[in-house]
Amino acid sequence: MEATTYNYKVVRQFAIMTVVWGIVGMLVGVLLAAQLIWPDLTFGIEWLSYGRLRPLHTNAVIFAFGGSAMFAVSYYIVQRTCQVRLWAEKLAAFTFWGWTLVIVLAAVTLPLGYTSSKEYAELEWPIDILITVVWVSYALVFFGTILKRKTKHIYVSNWFFGAYILVIAILHLVNSAELPVTMTKSYSAYAGVQDAMVQWWYGHNAVGFFLTTAFLGMMYYFIPKQAGRPIYSYRLSVVHFWSLNFIYMWAGPHHLQYTALPDWAQSLGMVFSLMLLAPSWGGMMNGIMTLSGAWHKLRTDPILKFMVTALSFYGMSTFEGPMMSIKTVNALSHYTEWTIGHVHSGALGWVAMITVGSMYYLIPRLFGRESMFSTKLIEWHFWLSTIGVVLYIAALWIAGVAQGLMWRAANADGTLTYSFAQVLNTMYPFYGIRLLGGTMFFAGMLIMAYNVWQTTRQGRVVNDAPIPQAVHA
Amino acid sequence: MSDFTHGFWPIYISVITLVSIIGTWVFLKSQTTRKLAPGEKPELIEHTWDGDLQDLNNPLPRWWLGLFYGTLVFALVYLVLWPGLGNYAGVLKWTQLGEYEEEVQKAEAKFQPVYAGFMQQDVATVAADADARAIGKNLFLTYCSQCHGSDAAGARGFPNLTDGDWLYGGDPDTIKATLTDGRAGVMPALGDALGADGTKAVAHYVLSLSGRQHDAALATAGKPKFEENCAACHMPDGTGMQAMGAPNLTDKVWLYGGSEAAIIESIAKGRNGVMPAVAQTLGTTSNKEAKLHLLTAYVYGLSQKR
Repeated sequence: MEATTYNYKVVRQFAIMTVVWGIVGMLVGVLLAAQLIWPDLTFGIEWLSYGRLRPLHTNAVIFAFGGSAMFAVSYYIVQRTCQVRLWAEKLAAFTFWGWTLVIVLAAVTLPLGYTSSKEYAELEWPIDILITVVWVSYALVFFGTILKRKTKHIYVSNWFFGAYILVIAILHLVNSAELPVTMTKSYSAYAGVQDAMVQWWYGHNAVGFFLTTAFLGMMYYFIPKQAGRPIYSYRLSVVHFWSLNFIYMWAGPHHLQYTALPDWAQSLGMVFSLMLLAPSWGGMMNGIMTLSGAWHKLRTDPILKFMVTALSFYGMSTFEGPMMSIKTVNALSHYTEWTIGHVHSGALGWVAMITVGSMYYLIPRLFGRESMFSTKLIEWHFWLSTIGVVLYIAALWIAGVAQGLMWRAANADGTLTYSFAQVLNTMYPFYGIRLLGGTMFFAGMLIMAYNVWQTTRQGRVVNDAPIPQAVHA
Repeated sequence: MSDFTHGFWPIYISVITLVSIIGTWVFLKSQTTRKLAPGEKPELIEHTWDGDLQDLNNPLPRWWLGLFYGTLVFALVYLVLWPGLGNYAGVLKWTQLGEYEEEVQKAEAKFQPVYAGFMQQDVATVAADADARAIGKNLFLTYCSQCHGSDAAGARGFPNLTDGDWLYGGDPDTIKATLTDGRAGVMPALGDALGADGTKAVAHYVLSLSGRQHDAALATAGKPKFEENCAACHMPDGTGMQAMGAPNLTDKVWLYGGSEAAIIESIAKGRNGVMPAVAQTLGTTSNKEAKLHLLTAYVYGLSQKR
């Protein structure tokens, strides 16, 4: 018998965990920011030391918060735009419990010090295998649903989701190729500079496909929905989709400027990063121009404010990234706080804000309500987040440039002008502003949690949103 | 893993790079449609998803296309001038190693005269020279302050360099040797050999050597154990031996702390003090010897009464 309703259960599970993991991940971030100012904050307990918590923070915000958000919206959007219930629902349920288990295992093993030492791929080999199994299941559910769709064309969001699911699978398999020694220790299959290149091919494309392509897919559904306007240009979405995905693949070497990586590879990393600017901006323009004719809604709709601000930060950080890949700029910016500021203008400004906006659209619909419990609280969340991000990245711009200039400053006798301790001392006020900005962003997430709790408490679980029978072209 | 040294690979890289850039150009060209006439509405494509999701089909914005083509042109020009296409060296013949060596050469030409004079003078003379001290201080802040502190007063486990007390000796030659090759100060762990009671007894004897508060009975019991286990390095009278880097235990200077607990820990678990070889961190520049000389003079001068 053909299903007459959509599967909202797995969407709801992932949506709620998005909020939970967002709070956990950002709390660890706030703690780390505080540790930079007060190194003894956690009483020298090794499990809570900076080096152990840092990978926990990045894994929690990227794969737990971002990952859960992507599972939720991709399952929601693929059903609604294909007009069919999820394919292989038991497998979909497995992806929820499997992914959650991965996150819990990360939260246990990383503080205990088990790490493969590859950035954004720190989890040890048994967890890597679990990730692979969950991810293949995800791909089966997603592409299976696409295959049995009732609509003729595939909606643009699903192109982006498809690219992200496929590429993340390839990245994970190639970069995590490792030789196990014990249950908790493995060694990379690659050595030396080749290991570094594989790692940053992975690392950059994790940013590219997990945090960019995937979230553009999210944007392509929720912005036209919330604005009530058609997408600005189908042609632009086709062109920037293919060019973004194609060119992103080349940009990894810009993480290794002025290292043992051969000169030619560094150059290619740089020029392809510059070529990435226009494709990146294509998505921003298509989103922002979709609002033409609906600009007045920005005055009253904080959800739309979240989405448009997210696009603005997306545009800013995708301009900043190519600039930072230029060798001479990179010589100054690399290894400084500037890099961390750049990452957060993308991660907080773009990823978190587009996710938060989308969740405010999605969550009431999953709980049978017209809207969130309080629009005023969304407004509060918006301003806290926006001011928080601006404080965060402005502080780290100044800190990073100052740090880079101080490190290279030399006296008339050729000695360095500033000692390491002097440079560190200069950082303190900026670390303080960054902590303040991060805390504001985190406080916004707590407000969201309260708002979500009130919304779900007064709503009712929707398991049976009907599938419209009329099929459009 | 293969090092991809075969001559095929540079060609492979060059071809896929150029095909990619030119292919992107062709793709953009193929997707460019005419601009909308003034007042003309963009086409609304006849497909709808999820009730109301639709696409307009505006042409690609011209400024955006311009930006895209601009980066493609930049890429091609850059790859002609700089290395990028396999093993093609680029018109400018730039390499990062060449850039580095050029900078080093410039720096050496510029700074050689500053340093040359000091190499003619002995350490004591250099130490008395204010200009030399200024350079020495800069070097100290860069290479030494992480452990010994900006004021050179040290910290637990890291000797104070201003107090005139020396583990290995404070004459210029010894200081230079310490800087050049580093030091490894090893105190063996004696906890197993002495047992808990024996360790405590020896600790109290050590406390008595510098006149610190101690239990006289324990100290008496510890004396023979000290002579048996410790005197070989610290000497029978406890005044230490600089050839071994064994500290003098009769003065007020305690590298790892002079409390009963700290001394017991030192005896029971031993200590491993490592001073890295500064000659290695100074790199390979021709001013390296002069820098070691200036640093020696600065450290020497720290404990000299001026």
